[in-house]
Amino acid sequence: MGAPKKSAAAAAAARVSDDPEELARVPLQAVLLADSFTTKFRPITLERPKVLLPLVNVPMIEYTLAWLESAGVEEVFVFCCAHAKQVINYLESSQWFSQPKFSVTTIESHNSVSAGDALRFIYERNVIHGDFILISGDTVSNMSLTRVLQEHKERRKKDSNAVMTMVIKRSKLSPVTQQSRLGTDELFMAIDPDTKQLLYYEENTNHLKATLSLDKMLLIDNSSIRLHNDMQDCFIDICSPEVLSLFTDNFDYQHLRRHFVKGLLVDDIMGYKIYTHEIHSSYAARVDNYRAYDTISKDIIQRWTYPLVPDVLLLGNSTTKLERVGMYRASEIVQSRSAQIGPLTVIGTGTRIGDNTKISNSVIGKGCDIGSNVLIEGCHIWDNVTIEDGCQLRHSIVCDGVVMKSGAVLSPGVVLSFKVVIGQNFTAPAYSKVSLLPQPIKQDSDEELEYADNNSDVETSCAPDNMNGELTSELSEIQGSATSELGCGGVGYIWSICEGASEEEWRHSIAPISAEKLAELTQTTDDDLEFSNQDGNAPASSGELRSDALSDSEDDDEDTKNDSAYFEKEVEATFLRAVHENVQVDHVILEVNSLKLSCNMEFSACAGAIFYSMMKLALETPHKTTDELSRAVLNIFNSWHRLLKSYLSGKDEEIEVILKFEEMCSESAKELSPLFTQILHHLYDKELISEDAILGWEFEKQGAEESDRVFVRQAENFLQWLKEASEED
Amino acid sequence: MAGLNLSAVSDDDDDNDQDDHPVLSAAAVAAAARSTLRPPSLQTLLEDMPDPAAVPHTSSSGGDSEEKSKSADKSSRSRKLKHDVIEAVNELIEDIDTCHEQIAEQAVEHIHHNEVILTLGSSRTVLEFLYAAKEKKRSFRVFVAEGAPRYQGHLLAKELVARGLQTTLITDSAVFAMISRVNMVIVGAHAVMANGGVIAPVGLNMVALAAQRHAVPFVVLAGSHKLCPLYPHNPEVLLNELRSPSELLDFGEFSDCMDFGSGSGSPLIHVVNPTFDYVPPKLVSLFITDTGGHNPSYMYRLIADYYSADDLVLQRKAAASN
Repeated sequence: MGAPKKSAAAAAAARVSDDPEELARVPLQAVLLADSFTTKFRPITLERPKVLLPLVNVPMIEYTLAWLESAGVEEVFVFCCAHAKQVINYLESSQWFSQPKFSVTTIESHNSVSAGDALRFIYERNVIHGDFILISGDTVSNMSLTRVLQEHKERRKKDSNAVMTMVIKRSKLSPVTQQSRLGTDELFMAIDPDTKQLLYYEENTNHLKATLSLDKMLLIDNSSIRLHNDMQDCFIDICSPEVLSLFTDNFDYQHLRRHFVKGLLVDDIMGYKIYTHEIHSSYAARVDNYRAYDTISKDIIQRWTYPLVPDVLLLGNSTTKLERVGMYRASEIVQSRSAQIGPLTVIGTGTRIGDNTKISNSVIGKGCDIGSNVLIEGCHIWDNVTIEDGCQLRHSIVCDGVVMKSGAVLSPGVVLSFKVVIGQNFTAPAYSKVSLLPQPIKQDSDEELEYADNNSDVETSCAPDNMNGELTSELSEIQGSATSELGCGGVGYIWSICEGASEEEWRHSIAPISAEKLAELTQTTDDDLEFSNQDGNAPASSGELRSDALSDSEDDDEDTKNDSAYFEKEVEATFLRAVHENVQVDHVILEVNSLKLSCNMEFSACAGAIFYSMMKLALETPHKTTDELSRAVLNIFNSWHRLLKSYLSGKDEEIEVILKFEEMCSESAKELSPLFTQILHHLYDKELISEDAILGWEFEKQGAEESDRVFVRQAENFLQWLKEASEED
Repeated sequence: MAGLNLSAVSDDDDDNDQDDHPVLSAAAVAAAARSTLRPPSLQTLLEDMPDPAAVPHTSSSGGDSEEKSKSADKSSRSRKLKHDVIEAVNELIEDIDTCHEQIAEQAVEHIHHNEVILTLGSSRTVLEFLYAAKEKKRSFRVFVAEGAPRYQGHLLAKELVARGLQTTLITDSAVFAMISRVNMVIVGAHAVMANGGVIAPVGLNMVALAAQRHAVPFVVLAGSHKLCPLYPHNPEVLLNELRSPSELLDFGEFSDCMDFGSGSGSPLIHVVNPTFDYVPPKLVSLFITDTGGHNPSYMYRLIADYYSADDLVLQRKAAASN
């Protein structure tokens, strides 16, 4: 009663779930993916699943579950894949299985390699019955779900195609590095400001690219759109059950954003819509890489995630107290009088700190033993770590059970995996990753392989975490030179990083970007700006739409003309290939048909284009006299008449061919003009063009000007003959 | 002791039995020394029972045969104790429910015609208090400081206007400028400490200092359930709750200031958002509780009626075992 503090957690929980009764009608379900399906946390994740890695001394999944519980979720399905046993064992020993009104069920799968597989698996289990929250187990949030759920439900009532609501939060990009504070790439989103519908979603992985192209249909269909590059995707999605079936229908959807969201945005046949919900005062972020890990840790220490902060979120029996300048200290700490513990530091239970040791901006776990004259700056040190005298650690992650012998130094960005021993006076190079497990043998991996690798077992897994597809080739060259001992008495392997990868390494590392790097980047950005300004374009950072990106909404006629020219060219190329490679006629027909569909053309255009390519071929065959040319044409007709015939289904198409022929003779291929009647006769003989069509053509030309009637006059005899022949019948 | 174990007050395990014996008797001695005139509290209720002194003897001696022979007697005794405890708890709940009214009854004695009252933040007790004075046909004006960053003052102003009081809303920073026109500051509290200090919404210490500077009475309304037997040794840290910085500043707007990817990696901006303020007893002119008005120096006495040293021991153990 007396202590106001006691009620804080409860009050805060009540704040988060404003009105649980109202939501309780259908049990609110959540799918928690306890596997990130990436390799960004290698080598740590080879030994422990990502969701169990401590974030400010509490496993990440605790944050997610605590939030889900306080937000009024009643049933959580935890999907475990990599290290499933560890996750399940952890949950069994935690209090989550024994909560009233909050049931946690684990779903175990061993062959899922992506979020898409996971959702397909869950769909097969048939456990989701209503709207559910899709979240990954490394998300930290304190947002209230009441409003977003309500919005989602109301939209669903009006429009059953509104299948998903994405939670977004404003967060500015660094103007220099073009990445968010969480180390993720620049994200472009186009959102309808009235309905909040998501219209466009693109991650810009190329940091130097300053352009963005939007489909003009976006501007035609929507009265206004707002383009954001300062939004952070929180990876909290409110989904309707359809989402699961969509994943099942589209078996190639793997990645939630890259495939699913983009797939839905592009697909306009089914008309599924995605909406966004922006949160302002509450916090939500996902631990995607080491930099995000560091940033979110600091956010937690700075209490942005309140009430999920170290002194409220109790784990086990240790109570942590917040002291001045944001310093959290658990009970039973042995600290030397001369030790200086700086601001924004968390120290776990039972840790011993020696004389003259300086610690700032760091998180130190339980039962660590830190010697004298140690310098720790911006580090994340997990449980039971031994750091002997005189060590220096800057911006590093040190996992459980690591031993650092006296005088060892960790340069910024180092990651020491479980139980590594660093030898005396050894200096670990910047951005190096050290593990007891040797670095898996490299193999050629490209973008697709990323998924295949992610989930394979510890022993067989490949793909080092630090590589992108483009860097692979460079990596393999430097292989072999890096594995070395970690100084005198050291145990572990240094995972190799090549020159090419370290280029990208600094982006995702926990270490702050060095001043030189920043200066270099500023220089490039300036150059770019100058360059683009010379071009007369708006600078990239202004967010204005470049006029040429959208100018394709011009004249429609221009468009169709371009289209048909393109189509003709394609058909011609197809035909030529068919001739040279002896492709079967049926196959050519198939190809032309698909071209017709993709360019949205009529049959008559196909016939015209094929005829055109035939004539062109004939012209290109070496010839001296018109006789030879005529023979060439005849040959081609002989061998390819079936192709042309298949597009000449009626009189209109046949007339089109004649018109085309006429056009050719008068414009592009004057050589053919003397042969006009002759070829027309051939066509008639081969039954490609009927009498009706020819007469129809003549009839059409009757009203035309004299100059247009040149070929009609040329063919007068033939026409006469045709007419007489029909009269005789 | 079995009865005690079942009750709501002492939920400790059996190994405390040996400890409890001397503590209880000491408490009994202390209780005897105290004056007999005091309000009903759980402690007095338990002390009034003739049995507890006897029970520890049986349990600490630990004889099985004795236990059995007295079991029937014991169960009836424990049932009676349980019943009494529940009754006392219900009484306390009723007290909490009615304390607003009891405090509000005293409003006429404190608020006079044409006075200006200043308050900060929102408190139901203050609302009822002011409304009661208005009901008694007092006409006065209320200045409400908005109480950033939670702006509870806005809610209070709305309620006051809905009940027909003349209300002026001011910013927290305008308090000093306005205090010379104010006749009395009336505020609510989160807790009243044993030394008479007050744990109150953030900003109140400043108001109290302004009131002292201008010799304006600073009156705190607190139901007896807000009395707290603790002493504030380090109030800024121990009894405060630091909330999310998002109440103060917009994350999106400031996200570039919190980019740890550049610079030294240490945050340059540090937002402190405390929930409570500690007002030392010397700044408080008067406490109005449901038992009447009291001086800050008398609070320890009032608290002793509700809490005894014994209660404290049990409560701390309970907190630790959670």
